[in-house]
Amino acid sequence: MATLNSNIPSGPLDQKWEHHKFSTKLINPANKRKYKIIVVGAGLAGASASATLAELGYEVHNFVFHDSPRRAHSVAAQGGINAAKNYQNDGDSVHRLFYDTIKGGDFRAREANVHRLAEVSVNIIDQCAAQGVPFAREYGGLLDNRSFGGAQVSRTFYARGQTGQQLLLGAYSALNKMIGAGGVKSYTHSEMLDLVVVDGHAKGIIVRNLQTGEITRHNGDAVVLATGGYGNVYNLSTYARGANVTASWRAYKRGACFGNPCYTQIHPTCIPVSGDYQSKLTLMSESLRNDGRVWVPKRKEDCGKKPADIAEGDRDYYLERMYSAFGNLAPRDIASRAAKTVCDEGRGIGETGLGVYLDFSAAIARLGEDKVRERYGNLFSMYHEITNESAYQTPMRIYPAVHYTMGGLWVDYNLMSNVPGLFVLGEANFSDHGANRLGASALMQGLSDGYFVLPATISGYLATQNPGKRPATDNGSFKQAEENVQTLTKRMLGNKGKRTPDSFHKELGKLMWEYCGMARNQAGLEKGIKAIGALREEYWKNVSVLGEATDWNQSLERADRIGDFIELGELMCRDALMREESCGGHFREEYQYTPDDPETKQGLVNPGDVKRRDDQFAYVAGWEYAGAADKAPILNKEPLVYEEVKMSTRSYK
Amino acid sequence: MKVFLKVWRQKNRNTPGTFKTYTSPELNENMSFLEMLDVVNEDLANNGEEPIAFDHDCREGICGTCSLVIDGKPHGPHRGVATCQTYMRSFKNGDEIVVEPFRAKAFPLIKDLVCDRKSFDRIQQVGGFITVRTGAAPDANSIPVPKENADLAMDAAQCIGCGACVAACKNASAMLFVAAKVSHLGLMPQGQPERYKRVKAMVTQMDEEGFGACTVTGSCEAVCPKEISLDFIARMNRDYAVALLKGDAKAATSGGAG
Amino acid sequence: MNLCQRIWNSSLGKKYVMALTGAALFAFVVGHLVGNLQVFGPPELINTYAHFLKSKPALLWSARLGLLVMVTLHIASAVTLSAMNKAARPEPYAGKAAYGSTAQSRYMLVSGLVILAFVLYHLAHFTVMLPGINGVGDFSKLTTTLEGHAVPDAYAMMVLGFQVWWVVLFYLVAQGLLFAHLGHGLASMFQSLGFRDHTWWPRIQCFATLASIAIFVGYAAIPLGIFTRVVGVDYAEQKKFELRDATLMPEKAPAAKEAK
Repeated sequence: MATLNSNIPSGPLDQKWEHHKFSTKLINPANKRKYKIIVVGAGLAGASASATLAELGYEVHNFVFHDSPRRAHSVAAQGGINAAKNYQNDGDSVHRLFYDTIKGGDFRAREANVHRLAEVSVNIIDQCAAQGVPFAREYGGLLDNRSFGGAQVSRTFYARGQTGQQLLLGAYSALNKMIGAGGVKSYTHSEMLDLVVVDGHAKGIIVRNLQTGEITRHNGDAVVLATGGYGNVYNLSTYARGANVTASWRAYKRGACFGNPCYTQIHPTCIPVSGDYQSKLTLMSESLRNDGRVWVPKRKEDCGKKPADIAEGDRDYYLERMYSAFGNLAPRDIASRAAKTVCDEGRGIGETGLGVYLDFSAAIARLGEDKVRERYGNLFSMYHEITNESAYQTPMRIYPAVHYTMGGLWVDYNLMSNVPGLFVLGEANFSDHGANRLGASALMQGLSDGYFVLPATISGYLATQNPGKRPATDNGSFKQAEENVQTLTKRMLGNKGKRTPDSFHKELGKLMWEYCGMARNQAGLEKGIKAIGALREEYWKNVSVLGEATDWNQSLERADRIGDFIELGELMCRDALMREESCGGHFREEYQYTPDDPETKQGLVNPGDVKRRDDQFAYVAGWEYAGAADKAPILNKEPLVYEEVKMSTRSYK
Repeated sequence: MKVFLKVWRQKNRNTPGTFKTYTSPELNENMSFLEMLDVVNEDLANNGEEPIAFDHDCREGICGTCSLVIDGKPHGPHRGVATCQTYMRSFKNGDEIVVEPFRAKAFPLIKDLVCDRKSFDRIQQVGGFITVRTGAAPDANSIPVPKENADLAMDAAQCIGCGACVAACKNASAMLFVAAKVSHLGLMPQGQPERYKRVKAMVTQMDEEGFGACTVTGSCEAVCPKEISLDFIARMNRDYAVALLKGDAKAATSGGAG
Repeated sequence: MNLCQRIWNSSLGKKYVMALTGAALFAFVVGHLVGNLQVFGPPELINTYAHFLKSKPALLWSARLGLLVMVTLHIASAVTLSAMNKAARPEPYAGKAAYGSTAQSRYMLVSGLVILAFVLYHLAHFTVMLPGINGVGDFSKLTTTLEGHAVPDAYAMMVLGFQVWWVVLFYLVAQGLLFAHLGHGLASMFQSLGFRDHTWWPRIQCFATLASIAIFVGYAAIPLGIFTRVVGVDYAEQKKFELRDATLMPEKAPAAKEAK
C-alpha cells in the first residue's frame, strides 16, 4: 500500500503557503547547478517550470514529443485565465476565487492547494504581462477583464480568443531564453516511455527519439511530469490528436498513484460527430448559450425533418422546461447530461442522432442579424467552416464532448507524487479542480504550478539528495527500464495482427463514452470493465503495427499510446464504479436528487442534480498499480479535510 | 466522393523520395483533409502498406503542426485556414490532388510529408523573448500599453509557427515569421530594452539557418492561416536598419573591485 | 565588424543596398527621361543639352562613375541574394498554384538582367556609338553646329537610330520590362527600407504603379514617336543622305526645322 500523505502545512489557510515557502529548505546557489532536473512536457506547466528552474540555476533537461516546445495543447485554450486582481473593483478577492474554485469543484479538491492557487494567480498575470503577452487592454492602456463561466465577478484576463496560445508563447519564450542561455537542454521529438525508479526514488526516464527511433536513458535528481490530460481515452474529444497518457501511465506502472481518474469534464457545446471517420471534436464557445435556445423535436418522427419544418409547438426547449431558473445557461454538466437524455430518448437530431439544436432565430428576431453577427460572427464562421451550414439561417447542431480531465497522478502539497522525486504539474496531476473545473482555471493552474509552486517546493526534496550524486545511467534500474521499452516495441512490431491501432482506439472510445461518459451506473461500469479488459487482451493479440523501430513511425507511436489508453480506460471505470456518489463531472445515475429529497423540496437543487455523499466519499482516490494489467489495482485514500469552508450542497438555483 | 492522391513518399532524409498515386476509399465531403488522410492510411495499413506520415496535432488550426502543400499551395485552397481546417467539400469527386511536404533547406525532410522546423525554435532562442525572471515582474497594470499597440502586437503574436510562409515563398524566406515575432515584442513597452539587440540576433540566426531573402511577392501573407500582414516585415526592416546603424553594444568595462 | 561589412553580410542589409541603389537608379531614370524628352523639341534643344553634359567632363564622369557603382551594387546584391534564395529551396514543388504574388514580383531577376543587357546595348548604341550595331551607320560622324562650334548631333543620332524596326522593338521590350521591374521595385523599395504601414501601403503601391506607367509612356514615346514618323522625319532623311556621303560638310549645317 502506498502512503498518501498530503503534507499540507499547518497554520491558518491564508498563511500556509507563506510559511511553507519559508520552512522549505533552500539549495545553496553554488550547488544548484549540480542538480539535474528532467521536465517532460512543455505546455504551460512544463515550459514555465523548465524556464524558472533554469533561472534558479538548476540544470534542466526538457523533453517533448512534438517537433517544437510550442505545440502543446495549452495553445488551444480560448477563453482566458482567472486571477484575483480585482482590477474591476467588483468585489473579487483571493478568498472569493478560492471559494468559487472549491465550490465549482464540488468540494472534492484540496483546500490548501486551491487557496495557494488563488494567491499565486495575481503573480501569474504580472509575470505574463512582463513577458509581453498581448492581453486585451482598455483604451487607457490598462488590462481588460471579462466575466467567464458564470462567475459573478469579472476576473478573466484574455487575449482575443487565443489566451492559451498567448500564454503558452509567453512561457515558451521564457523557455527559449533559457535554452539560448544554456540553462535548459531541449529535446524535441522525444517521447518518454518509462520512468526510472532507483531505490524508490524517481531518477530518470527512458526516451524514444521519434525521428530516429533511438532509445536513450536520461538520469536526473528529480523528474517532473507536465504531460497534460488523458481525455483522448474517449478517442473523440476536444484534445489534440497527439495528447496521450503514456508518460503518466508509465509512471503509474512504476508506483505513482493515479488520483480520481474518473473525473472528466464534458463540455456541452461542441460540434457533433458527423461520421465514423471523425478524429476530433471542436469546441464552440460557451458564450453562445447566452443568446441561443437549445431544443430538440418533441416527437421522434420529426427528427429527420428540416428544423424550419418543425412547428414551434412541436419543439421541446428542454433546458428551459427542465431548469426554468437557469434555462439555456444551466451549468455545463447539467446541460451536457440533459442533451444526452433527450438523445437517448431518440429525439436527437442530425445524421447520427447525437445532436441538439442551438437556435439563434429568436435572438436574430430580437436583436437583428447585425447584432448577432457582431457578438458571435467569428464563431458562426468557424461553424460554417466545419459544417458548411450558416447558423444565421438554420440552427446550429451541438453535442457535448470530452475536453478536460480533473483526475491525474496523485501529488502532495509540494506537487510530488508518492514516488519521491517525481513531481507532476498542470492537467497531469489531480490536484486543484476537484470533481469539476471552472472556466479559465486550467491556464491558471498550469502556470501557477510551473512558475511559482514547483520552483519553491522542489528544493525541499533536492535538499535531501546529495548534490552531484544521482545514479548514473548504467545503473541496473536504467538498464531494466530500457529493456522494458525495447521489449514492448519489439512485441508491438512483431505482432502479426490484423487490426490497426486506430481501430482499437475507436472501439475503446465508444466503450468509454457508453459506460463511463456523461452518466454512469453500476451495471454499465461493470460491463465496461469487462469489455475493456477483453479489448486489452485482443489488442495484444491482434494489433498490427507496420514500419520499423529505427525510423519515424507514427503507427508505433500510436500503438504505444493506445495500449496505455486501454489500460487507463479500465481504471477509470473502476474508479467510477467505486465512487458511489455523484459529484461534479462524475454522475452516477443511482445518486441524484429526487423530488422527495429535502434539498429538492427546499428549492436548493433540481431533481436529477448530482448528489454527493460526503460521509463516505470525501476523499481522493489514489489508485496503485498492482503489478499487472489484469490485476485489480489497489485503492488508497487521502481524506479531504475542510478547515475553512463548509461542505455544502452545490446549488444552481 | 473519391479522389486520387499524388503523395510524396520518402523513407527518410537520406533516401530520395518520389510521388506515389493512391485512390481514396469512398469519402464524405464533411471530412477534413487530415481525416481523409486518416481514412486513406487505415486503408493502406489494412493492406499491409505503411501509412503516409504526416504531421498534425490540435486539428483546430492553432498548434501549427500540420504542414501540407496541397496542389502547390501550403494549407490548401482557402485563405486564412490551416490544412486541418480544410474540408473535402473544397474538392470535387474524381479530383487529382497533389500532396507535398513543406520544402525548404531550413526545413529538412524527416519522412513523407513531415519536415523538421526546429530552425524556427533556434531563431527564437537567440532573442525571441523579453528577459524577465520569474517573480521579478512589476504589477501588470504598472505598464500601460496603448490599446492600438496591444491590438497590433496581438495581430503579430497570433502566428502559429507553422512555416507556411516559408513553404509558400519562392525564396523559402522566413521573413514573415521572424517579423511577426520581432513586431509583437517590439510593439510592447516591455520589449523596448532589448528591441534592437533582439532584431539583430534573430535576423542573423535566420540567415544562418539558410532561409532565403524577402522579395516582397506577398505569397506568404496569402497562405498565412492567421493572415499576418507584410506590414510587419517593413516594421522589422526598420528596426533592423536602426540596429545596424547602432552597431554592437559597447563591451562592459569592469568596474573597480567592490 | 564595420558598418559596410555588417550590411553586406546580412540578407536584410543587402536588401537595403538594393533598395537604396534602386532609388538612385530610379532618380537617374527620371532625369534621363526628362533630358531625352527634349527630342520632341527642335534639334537644337537636345543637342544643346547633350553638349552641356559633354562640356562638363568632371561632372559627367563623376555621375557616370556614381551610376556604375549603383548599378554594380544593385546587381551584386540581386545576384547574391538570388543565389541565396535558390539555395533555400533545393527541391521545387510539383504542384503548381499561383497565389498571392504577381508575376512581376516573381521575375525581378529576369527583368533586371534583360534590362542590364539593354543598358549595355544602349551604351554601345548611343554613348560609345559602336558602328555596326545600329543598323544605320557610324553615328560618330554625325555632327552639327552650335554657337559656331561643331558638336555631335544627338538629335540626328536618335531620329536615325529609331528608324530601324528591330532597334525600336528591343527598346520597347526593355522599356516594358523596366515598367514591370519598377512597378514591383518601387513599392518594395519602401518595404525593404521599412517605410510602410497599413495606411501608407496602398498609397505606395499607387505611386509605384503611376510612376512606372509614366516612365514607360515617356520612354516608349521616343522610339515610337520617331518610328511612326511623328518626330524628325525630314531631318532624318537629310541626315541619312549626309551619313551616306563619304565627306561630311559641317559648314553645311541644316537650317533649324520644326520636327513636324
